[in-house]
Parts: sequence; C-alpha cells; structure tokens
Amino acid sequence: MSDLRESAIAVSYIVAAVLFIFGLKQLSSPSTARAGNRLAAMGMALALGATLLDRQILSYWSIALGTFIGAVMGIYFARTVQMTAMPQMVALFNGMGGATAALVSVAEFLRLSRSSELVGKGESTSIVLGTIIGAVSFTGSLIAFGKLQEILSGKPLQFPMQRAINALTLVAISALGAWVVMGSGGAFALWIVFAASLFLGAMFVLPIGGGDMPVVISILNSLTGLAAALTGFVLHNQMLVVAGVLVGASGTLLTLLMSTAMNRSVANVLFGAFGASGSSAAAAETGVHRTVRQTTTEDTAIALAYARTVVIVPGYGLAVAEAQHTVRELATDLEKRGVNVKYAIHPVAGRMPGHMNVLLAEANVPYDQLLEMDQVNGEFPQTDVVLVVGANDVVNPAARDDPASPIYGMPILDVDRARNIIVLKRSMGHGFAGIDNALFYHEKTRMLFGDARQSLTEVGQALKSA
Amino acid sequence: MSQELILGIYVFIMAIFVGFEVIARVPSVLHTPLMSGTNAIHGIVVLGAMLVAGSADTTLVHALGFIAVVFGAANVFGGFVVTDRMLEMFRKRDAAKEAEEKKNV
Repeated sequence: MSDLRESAIAVSYIVAAVLFIFGLKQLSSPSTARAGNRLAAMGMALALGATLLDRQILSYWSIALGTFIGAVMGIYFARTVQMTAMPQMVALFNGMGGATAALVSVAEFLRLSRSSELVGKGESTSIVLGTIIGAVSFTGSLIAFGKLQEILSGKPLQFPMQRAINALTLVAISALGAWVVMGSGGAFALWIVFAASLFLGAMFVLPIGGGDMPVVISILNSLTGLAAALTGFVLHNQMLVVAGVLVGASGTLLTLLMSTAMNRSVANVLFGAFGASGSSAAAAETGVHRTVRQTTTEDTAIALAYARTVVIVPGYGLAVAEAQHTVRELATDLEKRGVNVKYAIHPVAGRMPGHMNVLLAEANVPYDQLLEMDQVNGEFPQTDVVLVVGANDVVNPAARDDPASPIYGMPILDVDRARNIIVLKRSMGHGFAGIDNALFYHEKTRMLFGDARQSLTEVGQALKSA
Repeated sequence: MSQELILGIYVFIMAIFVGFEVIARVPSVLHTPLMSGTNAIHGIVVLGAMLVAGSADTTLVHALGFIAVVFGAANVFGGFVVTDRMLEMFRKRDAAKEAEEKKNV
C-alpha cells in the first residue's frame, strides 16, 4: 500500500467482494433476489472502476471501445431475447466469460515470455489451466446454446471412437500443458493447448442430450468461475480470485442441487450417453399398444367445462408456443364456471428449474395456483381432467414403472392417475430426452395435436358456446 | 512458493466455503436466476482483460486483450440485465397478487 491510489484500489476490491457475497445471499431468496442482483452489479461497477486506476494501464482507448461494444451487444441481446430463450442466453454469456478467461491467460503468457523475468511455476500452471478451462467452457457453452436454440439437434450426438478421441485429446492437452509449465514449451505449445481445449469443449457437450443442458450449463458456469479465479493468480489480482471462486463454488453446489432435482448424478449426466441405448428398448416395448386416441377442441372444451377439478401441466411446448397468456385466459374462463384450476409445476419443467414459474408469473397467474410436484401428486386421483400443455418427459410414467427406461428414477408428475388426460402436443415427436412416452398410448389419454397456443385459443372459443 | 501465492491459495479456499455457504438454502424456483446471477459475476474476468489490453506491448497481445474486453463486457452487462429481467417477473407476480387482493376487497 505504497500510495493512495493503490490503497483506494485495494479498499474498493474488498468492498466489491463483500457486495458480491451479500448479493449472492439475497439472490437465493425470492423476495430479495432482485435487490441482490443489483447489489452484485454495484460490486462489479466498483471493482471495474477501481481497476481503471491501476498504474499498469497505459492506454485506455481499447478498453473504452471494447467495453462499449461488449456492453451494447450484451444489453441488446439481454433485453430483446424472449423469456422462453433465457436459458440459452445464459449459456451464451457464460461462453463469452470462458473465452475472456482463456484469452487473458494466453495474452499474459505471451507478455511474460517476452519479458526477461522468468515465468514462475505458479503463474504458468494457472495460465495453462485457465486456458484449458476457459476454452472448454467457451465451446461447450456454444454447443449448449446451439442445442437449446435448436440450431443443433437436442438429441445426444454420438459417433464411433468418441470416448477414445476425447481421451486422446485430454492426454495431448495434459502433456503439452505440462511441457509449458516446465518452461520448455513456448507460446506455440500453448496455442495448441488452446485449440485442443476448444475442440474438447465441443466434443464434451455434443453427446449430452438437450434435456440435461441445465445441468451442463451450470457446470460450465462454475468452470468459467474457476477459470476467472485462475487468471487472478496469473495477474496477482485478489479480486479475480475471490469473485471467480465464489462463482465456482456456488455454481458447483447449484449443479448438485439441480441434478438432485432430476434424480441423476452429475457423472450420469456427463458420461451416461443418455437416451441412445434406452430409446430403442422403450420403443420396442411400447410397440404392443401403440394406438393413440385423438380428440377435438370442442370435446376438450366440454370435458374441461364439466370438470370439477382441472390441473394444467405446462412444459416446454407451452414456452415455445408462447401460450402462457392463452392458458391463463382459459383458466380464468374455467374458474368463472366454477371449475377449480391448478397448475402442476415439475421442478425441471421447461428447460431450466424455475423456467415455468417465471413464464406463468409473466402471464399473471396467481402464485397460489402453482403447485409443486410433491404438493400435487397426491391430488391427481381426485382430478377430473389433466391438461398437459407441451410437457413430455416430466409426465412419462416409464420414469416410475420401467427400470429399463433411461429416465427411470426421475421423479415425475403422476398425471396417469387422474381420471382423464388431455395432451396438447405438436406431433408425436419425442421429448428432449428422445424417448417414447407410454402416457400418450394410455386408454385414459386423448391427444390434441397442433400448436399449443392455437389449440388453446380454439378450446377457449368452444368453451364459450359449451 | 512465494508469499503472495500462499496468500492467494488462502483466499481461494476461504472463498470456496463462502460460496457454498451463501447459497445453501436456495429454492428450486430461483435456480435459473441464481445461475444467471453467478454467470454475471464471473464476468469479473473482464477486469483481467482490461489490465491486459491496457498494458499490452505488442499488437498481438493488444488484439487478444481487446477481444477479451469485448467478450467479458458482454458477459457482465448482458448477464446482469438478463438476470434482472428474470427477477422482474417475480416482482410482477407480487404486484399482480396485490392487485387481485385489492379487487377482492
């Protein structure tokens, strides 16, 4: 703390770290979450402002221009993206953070190896690890984005020798990385490590099914945090270490919580090659009773109008069709007729935990009508009609009954125990897990094919004359 | 090992405990916003990018630093804004509920 400027930076960093911690704390409770996010943003502003005072910085124009371009891009995407596309937006931003960490590591290595000072083992280890983890997080996030945005197929992509290629890549990265740390591998070796890590990140996420993307994004999120912390060791900056590790640790815990909600182990998500082998078995098995019973919007309206209790099960199909407002209007009409309407929210309905709650809240669905899985499962036997709107895997009874199914053991909504089931679906296509759903062939189930919003609108019109 | 590295490792380990402790009891409704919020916080790495870009002595390092600043800034600004938009929905819900209650009264 030789002078005022350095002290100011140090104190700002400490305050910023405290703001991050309180921000995270508040983010984990619904009533304070928004304030928590703003607190963390204040911490960020303080940390970045203080950094600009650093004497190392000689030229400001590239910082100003870069920040401007990045900020405009980030804010534009963040503000214009549909609520339904939030998960992939998080993936995209996470990938950018990963890329930043990797680029900072590489650039700092280039700078250090040009100067006369010897690169210490601590620095070079951090540089190599930061490059690897940042690059893996970058391409991994881009693939996750592609899968959720449906640019890439949501199905697990597999090809021969996949594991062998991944293992070889990992060995090559480790060997080259060690060579760089030992001081003999130069910048060229680090560039190869960078490129191979980019490749590894893509290969790592491609074989994972779209339904598991929330867990994958959470893992990549904590990895980016770790990469940011590693750049802190390289640049001797405690602020980076603290904030990066905070994200790395809380992200890891969040990953565990999420996979618990889906009753899958993290290892199973990453290496399970989910849906590839199980789908054929499941398809063969359900081949016996493959009759699907279709229904019309008029019949649906009548079934709903004369029910005493209706439970709506929203899924990703509702989000895609942006039918949250239509479904709410239909529910209001039903309530006017004296029907008791509830919504059953599976913990991982949609693409991410909490996704459905956010969408339905946007449509002003009263909070007390949203029931969680444990609350609602006991009520299904007394429910007259269950309306499944674009949900698939979370209502698949195979998860409960069929030990051969790849999703066996995942907690589901027991909608097959209700008196009548109406499923709104675009087609007989598979859910994100890529497996067949016995519910659709159930004798109590009626299928209403078509775009969810349009179907619901038509049901609403038919309801008026019912 | 240098004194500074040891200090850094201390900070690293302590921060792990804080990170675990601080979100230990989060309801599943908040998993996505919390992930998004932490996603914005690791955008702090833009700070490293600023230091690299600002002190670059070759064109290559300067270019790498510049790209890193762009990506990092997108991570920070986009991350906080997208989280805020998600959480806005929770506020709306309370407002909607209040409006409903008023109507009933």
